[in-house]
Amino acid sequence: LRKNLEDFTGPRERSDLGFVTFDITADILDGKSDLQSIFDWNVKQLFLYLSAEYSTKNNALNQVVLWDKVMLRGDNPKLFLKDMKSKYFFFDDGNGLKGNRNVTLTLSWNVVPNAGILPLVTGSGHVSVPFPDTYETTKSY
Amino acid sequence: GSSRGSAMDLFGDLRRMNKRQLYYQVLNFAMIVSSALMIWKGLIVVTGSESPIVVVLSGSMEPAFHRGDLLFLTNFHDDPIRAGEIVVFKVEGRDIPIVHRVIKVHEKGNGNIKFLTKGDNNEVDDRGLYKEGQNWLEKKDVVGRARGFLPYVGMVTIIMNDYPKFKYALLAVMGAYVLLKRES
Repeated sequence: LRKNLEDFTGPRERSDLGFVTFDITADILDGKSDLQSIFDWNVKQLFLYLSAEYSTKNNALNQVVLWDKVMLRGDNPKLFLKDMKSKYFFFDDGNGLKGNRNVTLTLSWNVVPNAGILPLVTGSGHVSVPFPDTYETTKSY
Repeated sequence: GSSRGSAMDLFGDLRRMNKRQLYYQVLNFAMIVSSALMIWKGLIVVTGSESPIVVVLSGSMEPAFHRGDLLFLTNFHDDPIRAGEIVVFKVEGRDIPIVHRVIKVHEKGNGNIKFLTKGDNNEVDDRGLYKEGQNWLEKKDVVGRARGFLPYVGMVTIIMNDYPKFKYALLAVMGAYVLLKRES
């Protein structure tokens, strides 16, 4: 699973708001590590989500879900998303995005069975997004 | 007629049952109820959740969960709350448990966590559901984390809630069965 992205921050009242665009690719590498192999007889759907994780002065750990998608059994299991904007506002609790070099994006999914356990799985492959030191006032999103 | 005959048999049975047999049946019934309560309390202890089994009441988590599905929860103190998890929480002052997903987490070094939730099937996050002026949920609002699920099974409790006559009829049938059942 690979992600590429560009980003900038804009000032919003008292909290930093981050803007991220990303690509998500889930493809067949060796026939085993793709999403299709997760859909066995007891899997009803996958709830996929892209989350950003980082630390700030204010908070030791922050996690923000930027994007999510429901993939039902039978849907096309290949993901080739390019230039996606985040579905939800990427607000920090404070001003910890400015100059933050260590924001990591990870793709995870919740396996929803027809009946049984509900596991949360994190995909392998995560990408670091460094945020610039200044606020962006001219770019539009 | 055979149906009138069996109704007379039933009353005959009741009259013939002496006091000792009646007490025996009542004790039997009480034992079943106590065992059920003990199992429930045991579940509360083992899972750490005050309500280890909940019924999904709304469609806000479709297509994963539908009204009437049953969820099994744990609420271990050391389990951190993380984005993507399905939590069952109660808004302060309200009794109704809500089943939604965690979409934002901010945790301080000392373990203090505040988080935001949203139903998969909802357009907006849950801030409108929280108490007036409340922007985040905390660990104390959490009833449990959804770990397992069974579809449809919880529909019985919803029907009993929406149609009390059904509930009373069910209880009457169960009571009659237990009291009149003969041990051979």
